Amino acid sequence: MKLTFHIWRQKDAKSPGQMVRYESDNFNEDMSMLEALDVLNEELMNRGELPVAFEHDCREGICGSCGFMINGVAHGPVPATTVCQLTLRHFQDGEELYLEPWRARAFPILKDLVVDRNAFDRVIQAGGYISVSTGSAPDGNAIPIRKENADRAMDYASCIACGACVAACPNASAALFTGAKISHLRQLPQGEPERHERALRMVAQVNAEMFGNCTNIGECAAVCPKEIPLEVIAQMNRDFLAASWAARKQPYQDPAEEKRWQQYDSAHR
Amino acid sequence: MKLESKIPSGPIEQKWDKARFEYKLVNPANKRKFNVIVVGTGLAGGSAAATLGELGYNVKCFCFQDSPRRAHSIAAQGGINAAKNYQNDGDSIYRLFYDTVKGGDFRAREANVYRLASISVNIIDQCVAQGVPFAREYGGLLSNRSFGGAQVSRTFYARGQTGQQLLLGAYQALERQIDAGRVKMFPRTEMLDLIVIDGKARGIVTRDLVTGAIQTHLADAVILGTGGYGNVYYLSTNAKGSNCTAIWRAHKRGAAFGNPCFTQIHPTCIPVSGDYQSKLTLMSESLRNDGRVWVPKVKGDTRPPRQIPEDERDYYLERKYPSFGNLVPRDVASRNSKAVCDEGRGVGPSGLAVYLDFTDAIKRMGEQTIRERYGNLFDMYQRITDENPYEVPMRIYPAIHYTMGGLWVDYNLMSTIPGLFVIGEANFSDHGANRLGASALMQGLSDGYFVIPYSLGNYLASEKLGKVEETAPEVKEALAGITGITNKLLSVRGRRTVDSFHRELGKIMWDECGMSRNAAGLTQAIDRLRALKDEYWQNVNVPGSAGELNQALEKAGRVADFFELGELMCIDALQREESCGGHFREEYQTPEGEAQRDDEKFSHVAAWEYAGAGRSPVLHKEPLNFEYVKPSQRSYK
Repeated sequence: MKLTFHIWRQKDAKSPGQMVRYESDNFNEDMSMLEALDVLNEELMNRGELPVAFEHDCREGICGSCGFMINGVAHGPVPATTVCQLTLRHFQDGEELYLEPWRARAFPILKDLVVDRNAFDRVIQAGGYISVSTGSAPDGNAIPIRKENADRAMDYASCIACGACVAACPNASAALFTGAKISHLRQLPQGEPERHERALRMVAQVNAEMFGNCTNIGECAAVCPKEIPLEVIAQMNRDFLAASWAARKQPYQDPAEEKRWQQYDSAHR
Repeated sequence: MKLESKIPSGPIEQKWDKARFEYKLVNPANKRKFNVIVVGTGLAGGSAAATLGELGYNVKCFCFQDSPRRAHSIAAQGGINAAKNYQNDGDSIYRLFYDTVKGGDFRAREANVYRLASISVNIIDQCVAQGVPFAREYGGLLSNRSFGGAQVSRTFYARGQTGQQLLLGAYQALERQIDAGRVKMFPRTEMLDLIVIDGKARGIVTRDLVTGAIQTHLADAVILGTGGYGNVYYLSTNAKGSNCTAIWRAHKRGAAFGNPCFTQIHPTCIPVSGDYQSKLTLMSESLRNDGRVWVPKVKGDTRPPRQIPEDERDYYLERKYPSFGNLVPRDVASRNSKAVCDEGRGVGPSGLAVYLDFTDAIKRMGEQTIRERYGNLFDMYQRITDENPYEVPMRIYPAIHYTMGGLWVDYNLMSTIPGLFVIGEANFSDHGANRLGASALMQGLSDGYFVIPYSLGNYLASEKLGKVEETAPEVKEALAGITGITNKLLSVRGRRTVDSFHRELGKIMWDECGMSRNAAGLTQAIDRLRALKDEYWQNVNVPGSAGELNQALEKAGRVADFFELGELMCIDALQREESCGGHFREEYQTPEGEAQRDDEKFSHVAAWEYAGAGRSPVLHKEPLNFEYVKPSQRSYK
């Protein structure tokens, strides 16, 4: 099977990048997209060229490491599938494919197809958890939870933090990612005590990371490899608004955030 | 080197209480004065770092992935065992203990296993409190399923993503401590050496995988939760980045390596489809609860499975093991798959596969029930193979999945280097020669949440740890050593890629030190590994430079260690002249072809001491005593 790749090559965060064309007919349709890149990289190295850097680890669709745009679509054309499980049988012999890294202000490019997604970790740090220290838990069956709620919590908790939602969003919003965690924890009685504080803090952190705002476009849910539904954003907004009212608090504001935006504005003016 | 297991005296059910009572405590106000390094953020490392942060220690935590949430524990599918007996089916701590010792084919320490079984119940409570969305019944209570090798339902699960959910629980607890300033996280940072000063572990050397900077970090204790070494086989169910570098380099600094040849081959993986293949995908063992394993009765039957009539099929597990049937432990299931394929009865294009058939289950319970139980696994299978398992049987074949061996630790999870603790899959301790399904998650969390927080405190409170400086000669030596290895790898500029060497290494290991082993093959494998390693250092091509994100360089260092570990695995397998659990020596089998242990000679842990480059490793033995579960021939018939 022959494929032509156009791949974004960028030496490091500071260097300018460009699309580079590669052609090979050493592919076959049972390969995954990442295995195709392995094959390409072996060829490049044997020719004395530098291999394409791309992120990957488990290669079974669960670790969330991999991901890039294929012809403008995050994780490529097959729904509910990460690039590590996307086999080449979904492409035509001789097809041209354009591979680009996630593009978002909050995800700076480190090299080629590799981006820095640590902003997601910092969003979780801002309350994306239930505060229970080791040793202080009651018996697992002490609090019955409706099966429906547990199942729904599981749906939301299955997010793998790959970043496709941000990459697909024209605003580079992290609403689906953040909404998924907030919705997971708010389904469960254990998550209730911190529900308001969590929504206020996580949303503030999202803004501080310079993710864009959500304008209900829905691209995020369309490309999500774990099919996180759009409703998580509504649940997040609901908690955020309720928290703002109930707590009679101003939405939490990070003083550093304003400064960062000012810097960004002056740098890009 | 002296192996002291430090197992507390007294009846088995009181040992852990006794140990905890005898442990010295660190005054709460003093905890912040101690610096602790945790390497790895899987279930073991992540839960340890979070818990130590909660207790007030100063923790530095490292992972090579871009986020601690991506550690390979995330890929565990099936579930986690706990002796809750919620199902009222006769489970107890003692039964879980018994099953684990027996399942490990009597090569694990009884005291450790009992502690693991007793802690199992606390783990579930902790995870539920964190918001882990375990499966529930309509009454709102937790659901359980039975899992390979067990006759009770004690496995808790979150669909086919239990590892993911447990890891996210630990990860969120860790992020909470990072937010609180108790843990400082270093993602994309790989440990490359251990710093030992005055005989104690006092720090690590790391490489920043983005900038290439090589740095040192000093501490009062170092905890390794860096996982297993299944990738020595190249093809395995491990993540591509999983590696042995942290434990191997600690081994070279003086930590004994326990039972390196004990590897687990998982019976239900998607078969290999071609040379380009980069990893193997596991299909959860829970599938064996409802699927039936079979091959055609006659050799070379290439008819599609649906055209093979019932009486021309051999349901070989049900035939040979009527009481356990398709639920026999992993080692037994894997070996039998290999046997039928070796006879020429394997199926699929390669002939290296057996069928796992859900037709009867679908008839009995309906497609909807099967979809609820295994829907995501069936979807994954279809995505990879382009076949619909609701209509045609799955094709499965065994693959390397887990390594029971690892750094030797005492009851307190401390290695032979004082101050170096090893937890989770990285140590050797609890699974003997074969791990039961759903026990890896249990062990990782047990070590991290509930054991290390106590035993580490005891070490810190008992030892007089002087201050160490960056200027110490040991620190400079370690730093220079790592810079030297890095430059050496980059300077070879040979003609073969790292992956081409790794594939060849993996093939040797799979053929000679895989599902079955023999003396001639192992001896020859050792020579081949040495020759290949020599070629590696002369002919490997590592492009790029040291001061940048360089994935080829990362791999090159890891593969260099796999060569050395692979050799030790073969040496260990050669020395262990018996068959037990996952270690099957062809010379030692019963007339029926089952594993034949030799308790007289081999009821011990083989702990290997590194003797220097080019020298034979030195074997030390820790005898195993079985006071409670009397060794017997495992029978699942």
